Amino acid sequence: MTRRYSSAAMPVEPAADATAIECRGLTLRAGDRLLVEALDLDIAAGSRWVVLGPNGAGKSTLLATLAGARRPDAGAVRLDDQPLERWDVQALAARRALLADGWLDPFSASVLDTVLTARYRLGEADRNGEQTARAWLVRFDCAALPGRDVRSLSRGERQRVAIATALTQEARLLLLDEPVAHQDPRHQALVIDALARLEAHTLIASMHDLNAAARLATHALLLSGRGEWLAGEAGLVLTAERLSTLFGTTIDALTTAGGGTLFAVRARR
Amino acid sequence: MLSLPPHRVLLALLLASALSFMLALAMGSVPGVLAALFDTTRADDARSAVLWQLRLPRAISAFAAGGLLALSGCLLQALLRNPLADAYVLGVSGGAAVGALLALLAGAGLVGMQAGSALGAFATLAALFWLARRSFFGPLHTAARVAAEASTGVLLTGVMLAAFAAALLSLLLSLAPDAQMRSIMFWLLGDLAGATDLRAALAALVLLAVLFAAASTQARPLNLLLRGDLQAFVQGVDVRRVRRRLVLVSALATATAVTLAGAVGFVGFVAPHLMRRLVGNDQRVLMPCALLAGAVLVLLADTIARTAVAPMQLPVGVLTALIGVPVFIGLVRRL
Repeated sequence: MTRRYSSAAMPVEPAADATAIECRGLTLRAGDRLLVEALDLDIAAGSRWVVLGPNGAGKSTLLATLAGARRPDAGAVRLDDQPLERWDVQALAARRALLADGWLDPFSASVLDTVLTARYRLGEADRNGEQTARAWLVRFDCAALPGRDVRSLSRGERQRVAIATALTQEARLLLLDEPVAHQDPRHQALVIDALARLEAHTLIASMHDLNAAARLATHALLLSGRGEWLAGEAGLVLTAERLSTLFGTTIDALTTAGGGTLFAVRARR
Repeated sequence: MLSLPPHRVLLALLLASALSFMLALAMGSVPGVLAALFDTTRADDARSAVLWQLRLPRAISAFAAGGLLALSGCLLQALLRNPLADAYVLGVSGGAAVGALLALLAGAGLVGMQAGSALGAFATLAALFWLARRSFFGPLHTAARVAAEASTGVLLTGVMLAAFAAALLSLLLSLAPDAQMRSIMFWLLGDLAGATDLRAALAALVLLAVLFAAASTQARPLNLLLRGDLQAFVQGVDVRRVRRRLVLVSALATATAVTLAGAVGFVGFVAPHLMRRLVGNDQRVLMPCALLAGAVLVLLADTIARTAVAPMQLPVGVLTALIGVPVFIGLVRRL
């Protein structure tokens, strides 16, 4: 995989759009493993990025770093042109939300109360919390769940509740770690469509389903897990050839009857 | 989970507090003591001496100790995200007992023993949180699984500290002179017979109010912290600051309770657990309910301990453990 493209060869976004978050020389390590080396990334407001890469490539680590939950091992991240480490915890909560990989429910609690934790930054005087929470739950097909105990949910349901929680925070930058994990086909499509239809938000989502990623993405970032990365417009980055190299397996691009493209992993013999 | 309306549960608990106070003041070998509370004309009567120098200080101490233990249990369970945590399970009471016993063997009186127990409680909590400093005050855990394992690690460390304190205690007991065995045993089981100073009892009550006020300012962020460090941070909680404050509050509460009443077990665990089943898990509601429930529990247990086999007195810790152990086992079986 090539290290990087010059911005002339692959413009990231028309210059008119404001940059929401940018990385300069961002390096990520896990122990002594180098995951990402010297990543330069400009994420324009309103764009939808997908992050793809093999297991352990550093997708979750990147999202946690962009969320400000861990320090870069080198380089810098700027959010709205402010260094990330200068953001105050509360201001950050108003600006970005994170769907983490996994959740803790050590004690029982209702779904609604769990979603409402996202309104913490708004204090006790928050008037629209419940309305907002219910609206997002409905959007992600959890209309029947508000009164249920979170511990009684299936993984797929719990995941959609977690997505609704991230959106109830009403932060315009959404960092999503595998948003379609545990979803059946119908709900996978529902989640992807709902996310693609968000207009005010900037999305960065790690994903494993290539077709779901292609449906959602305006841009894509590929991480090899050995330091290399590739970033650019989805149409240019998400090709069968690049994805085959990235995952070390043969991936074909099939053309559907409607003229769309579907990625298929070829069976190994 | 029943989820009763919280204000009704709180009201019921306040009522129960008042009733159990009246019961504690009325019950005992000297009758008519409760009346002395409202009788200002015969201030130097024997009954008013029993009231002001025995029953009232003891009742207030029992109430305060129960409230403090329940408050610290509630906080520790939330901080460790584990319904089995409390000061007794984490070895804090054991550490306090070692401190008290060392003071006793060194020839110190009651005050020295109380200082020893407070020091022992603090030393154990300090050891616990020092051993767990990476998972508690270090960098955020970005994976939910790691955060859950870290909490379990702290709990297991506490259980080991409790075992170590128990071993030290056995060592000290085998060295202790026979003459002191009975008073040592009572102290170890939790005993309020020494609580005869009204001013000390009132000071403990004030401290309970202060610590509760401090803890309740952190109840909302604690609700978020329950669901993981990363999640809480993302939603706007200063994770390390909230945790530092609550660890300090629970340490102070435990040390004070142990100093007042000795190693009373299981209150810190039973009270939050029972209340959680009634009002749910919102720390803003759970904290005051658990506090009052623990206070009432110890006050009633002490009244029974004082009167059940009068003129003999039972250690109050025997009664709280008799109630606490079945509840603990019941909870473990359902986990």
